[in-house]
Amino acid sequence: MEPSRRDLMRLAAIGSAAGALLSGRASAATTGHDTGVAARERIRERYFPDVILTNQDGKKFRFYEDIVKDRIVTINFFFSKCQDICPLVTHNLTRVHQLLGDKVGREIFMNSFSLKPEEDTPKQLRAFVKEHGVKGKPGWNFFTGKPEDLELLRRKLGFTNPDPKLDQDINQHIGNVRYGNERLMLWGACPGEARPEFIAESINWMIRND
Amino acid sequence: MYHNVYGNKVSRARYKEMLNAAKNRRELIAAGLTSRRDLWKMGLLTTAGTLLFKRGLSAQAPNPAGGSFNVCLVGNQAASPPTRAFIEPLPIMPQMTPVPALNPAHTLAPNTAAGEVRAADDQAFTLFPPKLLYNVTQHALNVSMSPDLPIQTVWGFDDSNGHATSPGPTYVAHYGVPQLTRNWNGLPPASQNGGFGMPSVSTHLHNSHNPSESDGNPCDFYDQGHFCDQHYPNVLAGFSSTNPPFGDINESLSTLWYHDHRVDFTSQNTYKGLVGFYLLFNQFDTGNEFTGFHLPSYPQFDIPLVFADRVFDPSSGLLAFDLFNLDGILGDKFLVNGKIQPFFNVQPRRYRFRLLDTGPSRFYEYFLTDPNNLSAVNPFWVIANDGNLLPNPVQVQSVRIGPAERVDIIIDFSKFAGKTIYLENRLLQINGMGPVPPQGFLPGQVECSDPNGNVLSDILPAGAGNLLLQFRVSDDAVRDNSVDPATNPTFYQLPSTHATPRVTRTFKFDRLNGQWSINGQFMDCNNFRFTVQQNSVENWILVNATGDWTHPVHIHLEEHQILSRNRVPPSLPIEHSRKDVTRLQQNERVLLFFRFRDWLGKYPIHCHNVVHEDHAMMALWHVQPTGDTVENP
Repeated sequence: MEPSRRDLMRLAAIGSAAGALLSGRASAATTGHDTGVAARERIRERYFPDVILTNQDGKKFRFYEDIVKDRIVTINFFFSKCQDICPLVTHNLTRVHQLLGDKVGREIFMNSFSLKPEEDTPKQLRAFVKEHGVKGKPGWNFFTGKPEDLELLRRKLGFTNPDPKLDQDINQHIGNVRYGNERLMLWGACPGEARPEFIAESINWMIRND
Repeated sequence: MYHNVYGNKVSRARYKEMLNAAKNRRELIAAGLTSRRDLWKMGLLTTAGTLLFKRGLSAQAPNPAGGSFNVCLVGNQAASPPTRAFIEPLPIMPQMTPVPALNPAHTLAPNTAAGEVRAADDQAFTLFPPKLLYNVTQHALNVSMSPDLPIQTVWGFDDSNGHATSPGPTYVAHYGVPQLTRNWNGLPPASQNGGFGMPSVSTHLHNSHNPSESDGNPCDFYDQGHFCDQHYPNVLAGFSSTNPPFGDINESLSTLWYHDHRVDFTSQNTYKGLVGFYLLFNQFDTGNEFTGFHLPSYPQFDIPLVFADRVFDPSSGLLAFDLFNLDGILGDKFLVNGKIQPFFNVQPRRYRFRLLDTGPSRFYEYFLTDPNNLSAVNPFWVIANDGNLLPNPVQVQSVRIGPAERVDIIIDFSKFAGKTIYLENRLLQINGMGPVPPQGFLPGQVECSDPNGNVLSDILPAGAGNLLLQFRVSDDAVRDNSVDPATNPTFYQLPSTHATPRVTRTFKFDRLNGQWSINGQFMDCNNFRFTVQQNSVENWILVNATGDWTHPVHIHLEEHQILSRNRVPPSLPIEHSRKDVTRLQQNERVLLFFRFRDWLGKYPIHCHNVVHEDHAMMALWHVQPTGDTVENP
């Protein structure tokens, strides 16, 4: 794919600081390797629909442009009345938030998406946030929105079960936490029930200079 | 609600159409031998067993929207662009070439000042000083996987002298010749990864009896510009314990492989190409058919084969990796030694092939298929399981392996002189769960079953599977000095499994809300779950708590023998062998025998469906002079 004019300008901007990097990219583009820009675009097209979501404060966010783009993020799914796995995962993530310290909200952004957006109104989310002691933690948002948008997101991001019966059973919902660096196209995942120290360590792998 | 392979909603009508497309293909294939042969001759049936270029037959029509492709439907793999088969020759990986010296020289303690990242000091460098040195760098490189696809940028290893390939060069190693590899990370920045791949590595030598600091532990990863010196003593198990000073000849290893093992990113990094072979010879398995066991000579008649299934983006034709998949990734293109469906010119004589399944999640059952005689049974010989020579060759009609397993086979092409035959995978697998159950899916049992009442068996008819490799057999008269497996030569004896275990440990492989676990716990680089006592015998019980999923379970450091599957000895003769990966099949409980010897330090047990592995189906443990007796670690 030919880099767009905007991409070339972006490359030119970093080129002066890293001439070798620029030539590396240019040669990659001519040999059929996706350039960084094209590869990111492909990932965006495949996995990141730009659906509009609402956070616990009633503020609107576009999934790609406002939540994921250029950021290091965590992504998990939950619902506020979930009595089984969600409280444990939320508790773990609270501890992760604490371990990551002031990086959250600056370098790292945590995002939790509702599996029951009909009942998880912003008000309900605010109550959940308060109940779990997450209130006031910067850089961690809880999202609701149109049910079909959240369902699309759930499927695109692979929070699904290959057995369709299990997939429809909300008590079996996927408890993993995705972590990633959108700019560097690095995406991993770990169990939400894992030890918070190791979850935080995994997220920290996303902080890279390259 | 119905969804296509990209996770997008589709109408019920479209959904039915997709299922019917898959069914059409099977019906056409099952329509009878004559029509299948005719289709083949007409060129309608591609060499992959799928019908080409007939609109409406593919449920996998490219979708410009893109998307995740892990939804369980018949044919749920993403659709790669069409590629022609059997028009390019099988590549043979070059050999690693040693260097005269390393600069700076190796140090017993990690040389952090020079950029080395190693977990611990050498355990046995002075006991087994290396006679061969390698200076290997991991690089990005451009390769062609098919003339019908663009050039691909992948990751590979160089041959120690700057020439990089993917799969990486083959180590030709010998017992009694210790060696050391300085392993550099020279990968490009993450921003140039082309969409997937973590440029942070730890190279594991799979099946090696190696000290832990050289094992390539998943947690000992390092970034670009750094290296790890990995000492490979090439010494038999038991050298300092049961069979001093040289070890037990019956523990000889022969077909090993190396691959990246970076925790959480192994699937991406191996998919990107960081794999290679390590062949280990000795005075019996000599690589020369005029000596020792008289096995076919390396490299002319002893051919390592790296199997990999891959997906290519339908619009760009570039290698694609399903980043958001928890279950396992299947490709619709089959590569051997880095090429999609190559051909291989062979002479009408015996060859040794070393078959390696590099995954990420595909299981294979290999058959020999003659397209002009599909009903024929074409037996061949298995001589090694996971690279370990069996006591005697076993004749088979087919052999099954899962990710990371190997089999060495002998094919005698003399009876196919002048013909073209195929190595075919006839195992039906539709998603990351593993092969479908032997009895097949019952109608309606799962969404991916055939909705029209057809029970799909796990073994597809001859010619209906995936044709992987074409053998073009010449009809020249040739010399063959290799041993005829029909004469029942004896290789090694199986080491005794009668010793009383010091402890029997149980490992339950489970899935809790999509989270892969062992005994309800998850991979954690800072948590060692149990301690094995050095030079002791243990039994391990692997329990599959995930029903219909299959987990190829790999244990580092020591091989094992399978004592029982669901409380009876294994029924397959080739499972009376030494293994390093055991398929934990549907609803199984498998009992393993271990004798942990010689080395100390940390090692993992994990599922080698690398997608499960990356999502925490792994546990770390230690070997120490004093062990514990934790039964459910």
